[in-house]
Amino acid sequence: MEFSEHIKTANVEDVVLRRPFYQPTKGTLCVTGHHLIFSNRGGDSARPFLLLLRNIDAIEKRPSVSSGTITLKCKDLCVLQLDIPGMEECLNIASSIESLSSLETVSEMYPFFYRPPFLSLQDQWGLSSTEQHYAQMKEIHDGWRVSQVNRDYSVSPSYPPAVIVPHSIDDETLVKAARFRQGGRFPVLCYYHRETGTVIMRSSQPLSGANRKRCREDELLLQAVIDGSELGYIIDTRSSQQAQQARMTGGGFESKSCYRGWKRLHRQLEKGKVLQESLIKLVEACGDQSHSVDRWLSKLENSKWLSHVQTALSTAGLVAECVERDGHSVLVHGSEGTDTSLLVSSLAQLILDPDSRTLAGFLGLLEREWVQAGHPFQQRCAHSAYSHVRLRHEAPVFVLLLDCVWQLARQFPLAMGFSEPLLLRLAKEVYASDYGTFLCNSDQERCVTGVKERTHCLFQSLLRANERQHYSNPLYERTELAIWPSIQPPSLQLWKGLFLQWTDDALHLVEAQKVIQNLVSQCHRPLNEKVENTDG
Amino acid sequence: MYHGHNIREGRWFTVVVILNHITEVQLLDRYTAKKPAIGTLYLTATHLIFVETSCNTRKETWIIHHHIATVEKLPLTGTGYPLNISCKNFHVVHFVIPSERYCQDVYHSLLRLSQPAKLEDLFAFLYNPKQDEDDRRNGWGFIDSAMDFKRMGLPNEFWELTDLNKNYELCSTYHSELGIPKTARKDTVLGSAKFRSRGRLPTLSYYHKESNGAICRCSQPLSGISARCLEDEEMLQAISRANPNSTFMYVVDTRPKLNAMANRAAGKGYENADNYSNIRFQFVGIENIHVMRNSLQKLLEVCAMKSPTMSDYLTGLENSGWLRHIKAVMDAGVFLAKAVADEKASVLVHCSDGWDRTAQVCSLASILLDNFYRTIKGLMVLIEKEWISMGHKFTQRCGHVDGDPKEVSPVFTQFLECVWNLMEQYPCGFEYNEKYLLEIHNHVYSCQFGNFIGNCQREREEMLKEKTFSVWPFLWENRQQYINPLYKCSLGREVLRPSTLPLNFKFWCGMYNHFDKGMQPKQSILDHLLTIIQKRVEGEKKMTDFQRVSRYRFV
Repeated sequence: MEFSEHIKTANVEDVVLRRPFYQPTKGTLCVTGHHLIFSNRGGDSARPFLLLLRNIDAIEKRPSVSSGTITLKCKDLCVLQLDIPGMEECLNIASSIESLSSLETVSEMYPFFYRPPFLSLQDQWGLSSTEQHYAQMKEIHDGWRVSQVNRDYSVSPSYPPAVIVPHSIDDETLVKAARFRQGGRFPVLCYYHRETGTVIMRSSQPLSGANRKRCREDELLLQAVIDGSELGYIIDTRSSQQAQQARMTGGGFESKSCYRGWKRLHRQLEKGKVLQESLIKLVEACGDQSHSVDRWLSKLENSKWLSHVQTALSTAGLVAECVERDGHSVLVHGSEGTDTSLLVSSLAQLILDPDSRTLAGFLGLLEREWVQAGHPFQQRCAHSAYSHVRLRHEAPVFVLLLDCVWQLARQFPLAMGFSEPLLLRLAKEVYASDYGTFLCNSDQERCVTGVKERTHCLFQSLLRANERQHYSNPLYERTELAIWPSIQPPSLQLWKGLFLQWTDDALHLVEAQKVIQNLVSQCHRPLNEKVENTDG
Repeated sequence: MYHGHNIREGRWFTVVVILNHITEVQLLDRYTAKKPAIGTLYLTATHLIFVETSCNTRKETWIIHHHIATVEKLPLTGTGYPLNISCKNFHVVHFVIPSERYCQDVYHSLLRLSQPAKLEDLFAFLYNPKQDEDDRRNGWGFIDSAMDFKRMGLPNEFWELTDLNKNYELCSTYHSELGIPKTARKDTVLGSAKFRSRGRLPTLSYYHKESNGAICRCSQPLSGISARCLEDEEMLQAISRANPNSTFMYVVDTRPKLNAMANRAAGKGYENADNYSNIRFQFVGIENIHVMRNSLQKLLEVCAMKSPTMSDYLTGLENSGWLRHIKAVMDAGVFLAKAVADEKASVLVHCSDGWDRTAQVCSLASILLDNFYRTIKGLMVLIEKEWISMGHKFTQRCGHVDGDPKEVSPVFTQFLECVWNLMEQYPCGFEYNEKYLLEIHNHVYSCQFGNFIGNCQREREEMLKEKTFSVWPFLWENRQQYINPLYKCSLGREVLRPSTLPLNFKFWCGMYNHFDKGMQPKQSILDHLLTIIQKRVEGEKKMTDFQRVSRYRFV
C-alpha cells in the first residue's frame, strides 16, 4: 500500500480536540491510511476517537508561528477542530488529511479493510436479488417475468443483471427497446399494487431526438404494461419545456400519437447542481449564528430545500394516487432515470406499500431501488455541503429521499417500522462508510471491483438483532392503508435531527426518543408472571 | 323557540334552545376543493352548531359565539350565499347558505351575539354545570396566587407581603396582596406608586430561593425629561438590597428604546441610571400591542392562502414578523432567567403600563427558572399570578365585549406560543402537553368561565366570583388529557437554558391550523402513548383486583 506516502507526520502529541458535546481534550493524534485517531491517555478511559478520513468534506488550516489550528468539516455535517503544536506538524497533518481523504480508487477504500468480528465475508452480499424478490410476489407470475437479458451488463451498464418485465415481451424486444432509452434503461417493473393490479415502472428518457424517432419495441413494451386497461400515466420528472429541449440533445419524451393509452404529466424535480447548491445553502443557513428571524427565514426560503421536499412528496403522491385511487399503471422517468425517478418511485412505494415500511422492507426497497437500480452513489456523494472543490456530479438526491421519508414518518409516527436514527445513520453512511454498500455507481462496477466479495453489506449489518432493536420504531403499528402525506407548507418541517444534529437541541430529541422507548417497553411488559402461576 | 331536533347532548346542557335553524347549508373545506359537507345550521343563544346530514355519523361542529372574531358575507356564488366566520381560536369556517334572507339573519345575529355590549351578557353568567353553590365558591379558591409566595419561601428575611393595597387604593389594577422588600418603608412604597404610571409600583413577581435573585415588575416611571422621585429611587434600592448576592440590579425596559423615549415627552419614560444607584438599565425591544395585532393579522393572511408554494409561505411568514416578535419575547425571558440564575442578580421589569410585555416576560422567566410552573397546576398558578391578578386587561385584549378594536392584541397568545416553543425544545421538560395550552387558549376567549373576564382583580372581585365558575377546577378534573407522558420530573429545579437561535422558532401549526386536520400529523404520538399507558394502568388494576380475590379464595 502506498498510504504511507501520503502520511507526512503520523503522530502528534498534545493536540487539543474540540468537537460538539465534549469538552476540549488534549491527547495524541495519529493519522492512518483511513482514519484520524485521537486518544487521550490518562483522562477518561473512553475509547479513542476515530474519524473516517473519507468523512472529511473540507479542511481549513490556520497555522501560526508555533502552532496551528485545523478545522475539519465532515460530510455528516459535524465540525471539529484540532489545535496542533508546531507549525510544521500542523501543515503536515493537514496535507496528509487532504490527500488521503480525496483518494478515489475504490479498492483502496476502507470497506475493503473493514473486518468486524460479527460479520463474515462468506455471507450473501445484499438482502435479496431480483429473482428472490420476484419469487416472493406470486401474484405477478402470470403477467411478469424475470429477464436475464442484462446478465453481462451489455444492454444497460447501470442496470442489474436481472429485471422484471411483462411476460409477453421477449429479450430480443428488450434489447431493441433498450437502444431507444438513455443508458439502455428500458422500462422495468418496480412495484406491483395488489389491490388494483397496477404497477409502477421506471426507465430513462426515450431517445426520440429532434426528428422524433420511434421505436416499435419500446412502444410494444409499454403497450404490454397496460394491456387490457385503457390508460397509463407517464410521470416525467422534468418540465415539459425541459423535455422538449432534451430532444435537441438526442433525448425526448413519449409522444401521444406513438404511445396510445399513455398520458404524460410533467412534474419538475430539481437534481444535480441545483440540488447540491440547495443543500449547501441550507447547511450554511443552519449554521448562521446571527439572531435575526427574518434573515433565517429568508435563507431557508432561498435554499429551496423544503421546496424540493414538497415537490418530491407531491409527485410521489401523484404517482400513488394514479395507482391506488384511479387504478392506472405509471411509468416514471426523467432524463437518465438514475436520480429523480428513483426518488419518486421509492417514495410512492412507501406511501402505498406496508411491506416497504418495515425495517427490513425499507432496507430492501433501498437496495432494489437505489443500489441495484444504479444510483451513481460514488459520483453523487463524493462531496457534501462544506466542500470547496468544484462540483462535478455531486447531488444529495439520496439525502433528499431520507428527508422526505422523515417527513412521512413525522406525519405518520406509528406507520414506519424503522426510526429516525436509522435515517440519520444512512445519511452518514452514504457519504463515508465502513461498508461497501454505497461504493461505486452501479452493480456492474461493484462486481468489477470486487465489492461484493471483499466488503461487508451495511443493510445486513443493520438487521442484526441488537442493531435492529436500535433502529426499530417502538411505536410501530402496521397499517395496510396508504399513508397520504400533507404537502401543505406548514406540514413540512426542517429536519432538525439531521441538519441540527450537532447542537444541544438534538440531545433533547434523542432523550425524548429514549423516554418513548422505555415507556413503550414498560407498557408492553407482561403484567405479572406470578398470576399465571396461580392459574397453573 | 325550541326545536325538537335530535342534537346529541353536547357540552354541558341537555336542552338546547334553538333560536333559528337552516337546512341544506354547505360547509366548505378551507383549503381543498373537495366536496362540501351538507347539513343543518343551528343558532342557539350561545353556540352556532353545524350538524352534517350528508354523512351517517351526523358530525357536529360547535362554535361558541364569543370565539367569533369576524363574520363576513360574500357575494352570491353558484350554490348560494357564502358566510365566512373567523374565530379567535383560529377556527375558520366557510358556510354557503341557500337563501339570502337566512344568510342575512345569521349574519346579524352573530354580530350581535359574538360581542355583546356588556360583560353581564357573556356566556359565563349563563353557564351552570349543575354544581352546587359551595362547589362553585370553593372552585374559586382552587388556585390562590398568594399561596405561591409562600411556596417561594415568603415571608423571609428579605421579602414580605403587604396589605397596603387591600382596598385597591394604592393601585387599582393590582392584586390586593403584594410582595415588597422588607426594608421598604410605607412612605417609600406610597411615594413610588405615585411616581409610576397608574400607580403600578415595583412589586415582587418571582423570588428565586437558590440565588436570592428576585424578579420584580412595575409600570414606567413618570420621569419625563428630568423628574425624579426619591421614594422610587429608595424603592429600587430596597429591592437591590434584598439580594445579598449582588451589588447591582437590572432594570429592564421591554420596549424598543425609541418608544420609551417618545414616552418621555408625555411625562413618562424610563429610569435615568444616574439617579438610581447600582442599576444596570437595559432595553429589550419588544414591540407594542398594535404592532403585534397587525403582525398576527398578516400571519393569518399567510394561513389563509390556498395551496401556497413553499416560497410564498416562507416569505409570508417572514413578512408577517410574527416569529421575530415571539423570539423577542423569548429573548427577554431568557435574559431575565440568566440574570437571576447565573448572575444571581435581581431584575425589575417594566414596559409602559406593565400589564402586557411585562406579564409575558416575567411569566416566561418564571417558567425557565422554576420547574413548578412546568407542571399542570403550576401553569395555572402562574397565569393567575402574573396575568389575572396583576391586571392584564383580558376583556380588552381579547375583545370580549364591543369596544375599541385598537385595544385588542394577542399578547397572551404570544406567551402560550413561547411556552410551546420551549416544549418543542424540551420534549421531556413539561408535565403538560400542547392540548393543555390550546384548551387554556380556548377558554381565555370562550367566556365560559369567569377567570378571563374583566381587566383586573378588582373588577373580578366585584362581580365575577359571585356569579361565574372558575376554569381551573374544570381543567384539573380533565388533567389526564393534558399530561405529557414524556415528562421527567427528575429535571427538578433545573433552570432551562433554551437556544434562541432563529431556527428554533417554528410556526405553530397546532394552534393556527388546529382545525385543519389535514395539515396535522395523521397519527399522534401523544395520543398513542396516553392510550397504551391508560391500558396498562387498567390492566394492572385488574390484575391486583384479581390477585386480591384469588388470595381470599386460596387462604
